[in-house]
Amino acid sequence: MSQTTEAARPATTHRAKPVLSEGKRAERRLGLLLCAPAAIVMLAVTGWPIIYSVWLSLQRYDLRFPDKQEFVGLANYGTVLSNGYWWTAFGTTALITVVSVAIELVLGMALALIMHRTLVGRGLVRTVSLIPYGIVTVVAAFSWKFAWTPDTGYLAKLVGPDTAVLTEKLPALSAIILAEVWKTTPFMALLLMAGLALVPDDLLKAASMDGAGPWQRFTKVMLPVMKPAILVALLFRTLDAFRIFDNIFILTGGSQGTGSVSMQTYDNLIRGLNLGIGSTMSVLIFIAVAIVAFVFIKVFGTAAPGSDPGRR
Amino acid sequence: MAEIVLDKVTKRYADGALAVSDVNIEIADGEFVILVGPSGCGKSTTLNMIAGLEDITGGELRIGGVRMNEKAPKDRDIAMVFQSYALYPHMTVRENMAFPLRLAKVDNATVTRKVEEAAAILDLKAHLDRKPANLSGGQRQRVAMGRAIVRSPKAFLMDEPLSNLDAKLRGQMRTSVSRLQKQLGTTTVYVTHDQTEAMTLGDRVVVLRGGLVQQIGAPQFLYDHPANLFVAGFIGAPAMNFLPATLENGSLSTPLGTVALTDRVRRAAEAADAPREVIMGVRPEHFEDASLVDAAALDRGASFDAQVEVLESMGAEKFAYFSVEGGEAHASDLADLAADAGSAGVPDTGSQVVTRLSAASAVAEGQPAKFWFDTDKVQLFDPASGANLTYSAD
Repeated sequence: MSQTTEAARPATTHRAKPVLSEGKRAERRLGLLLCAPAAIVMLAVTGWPIIYSVWLSLQRYDLRFPDKQEFVGLANYGTVLSNGYWWTAFGTTALITVVSVAIELVLGMALALIMHRTLVGRGLVRTVSLIPYGIVTVVAAFSWKFAWTPDTGYLAKLVGPDTAVLTEKLPALSAIILAEVWKTTPFMALLLMAGLALVPDDLLKAASMDGAGPWQRFTKVMLPVMKPAILVALLFRTLDAFRIFDNIFILTGGSQGTGSVSMQTYDNLIRGLNLGIGSTMSVLIFIAVAIVAFVFIKVFGTAAPGSDPGRR
Repeated sequence: MAEIVLDKVTKRYADGALAVSDVNIEIADGEFVILVGPSGCGKSTTLNMIAGLEDITGGELRIGGVRMNEKAPKDRDIAMVFQSYALYPHMTVRENMAFPLRLAKVDNATVTRKVEEAAAILDLKAHLDRKPANLSGGQRQRVAMGRAIVRSPKAFLMDEPLSNLDAKLRGQMRTSVSRLQKQLGTTTVYVTHDQTEAMTLGDRVVVLRGGLVQQIGAPQFLYDHPANLFVAGFIGAPAMNFLPATLENGSLSTPLGTVALTDRVRRAAEAADAPREVIMGVRPEHFEDASLVDAAALDRGASFDAQVEVLESMGAEKFAYFSVEGGEAHASDLADLAADAGSAGVPDTGSQVVTRLSAASAVAEGQPAKFWFDTDKVQLFDPASGANLTYSAD
């Protein structure tokens, strides 16, 4: 090694860029080769569909009228963005996202604290609390649907005999949010628990010596120190919640104004066979999600997953 | 400010492990007391019990005459400095130091004044608006001290506050901690395993071993009159030399030759009903190069020849190391000390003796030399109990 570095050194004097030693270059080549298969698969399964849907979104392309396919530029975007249904769905999605993520944060934090403090049967507690997250969303959604079905569902009986929760807008939205919260709170708790581990015990001890009660220790020391983990958890959950589909599809099918942007995209793309408009919607969802991620990372300073945790 | 009394304080964990057993310490108002001992001796547990971070299983803790066992840490009005400093990473130095005052709902003007005062004392004025992450180790340590002093608590508790600093800085901070404590006159309990800190900082030192108090006293007293083998071996660097010895007819046969006992030692040994087999302890500084000792002194002590194996010349003094035949002294206290020093597994042929000689000594490495030691300074220990047979309180 040292010999090759010696040999390479004279070359660096008359070149602007330092020349890598042969060993380093071989190492870099090996690194690239090892990454290549994964990178190629990634490009094939995510890069290509994205590019293709952007391409589709720039065309008038309705499978019912395949002859009329033509390039229309950004016209589809104009159509979608000036449409009242899109904005209703967008508002509904935003509402579900904000409310469900907020509830998940509070419940998840409580659950994380419980799991963090559990001394006996810690593994069992964690496993049990993760069960909802382990159930397939569609299956869980069906069981919620049955539970809300008038006359037969146990939850429907609970709220009263003459109410059909899933047939009115606000109750239906609440049922959807409840199903979301039930399912993903464990995931939130897990992410937050990783954050709790970042708070050194000494810090909490110091705070109690400084005169902080339990609530002050939580709000003035724990939360600020956990902030990076909380932001990552919120980012993950917000991105996920914004794309909500399964629960709405099963519970209401998007009726009573409960449709999300993903529901509307599905309706246009799969049911309506309108590839152009559907693709436009999916690209818009992609952009919305990207903006959310951008705001979280750039404005709130969330450490992007996988980035150097030292830079906050 | 207040006195702290630990009255038969005991800590037993839920799994039955006894961490601290029947500790009685009376700390006077304004006193600086050091808790010292090897790791696992219960010194940090004792400190945490005074702080209120750990419950007391038995006994009573009184601060300023008031029972504190059941009080929450925040109601005890004591401040603590942690080994890790435990600074709040999201707050600036100013906010860190102001935190206890803000929690106590002190008005803004007073907070600003107190923080500025503390910053001036600790030389932190230039760093008040920086975050802990941007400070050096020594600066962080000072911020931790600052956070403790701003609210003028009844007492300071310090848990190895200097052990994360490098050696030079530790020396500087040691003197500044000492000066600060004298300046403020606040009762301080200081935990350390560094025996230089133990010797230099405190008014009194409490030596703990396995949750039991071994001895309490002024540092010099502990050095001169250790109650047992453990204290003798723990206090002092380089440590006291221990050699197996046999008592017979008023003389002591040791690997260094047969030594006549002085009156003081003989009387003490008789009073203590010493067994035949004992352990002789001699501090390194009680040895000398025999050629530098005047004739009168030569008669008072004992001389022997040894081959110098290693010679460390420190400038003002010389440390000469040699081995002696005749086996090693064995006692459970010594085994504990060896375990703490991490030398338990080191193979040892015979006993190693460390001597501190005057710089004028001409002994050379690898050469035989004639040594002298002061037999009146010899201490005898019971190998079974570890007790100092020559212990006297004066």
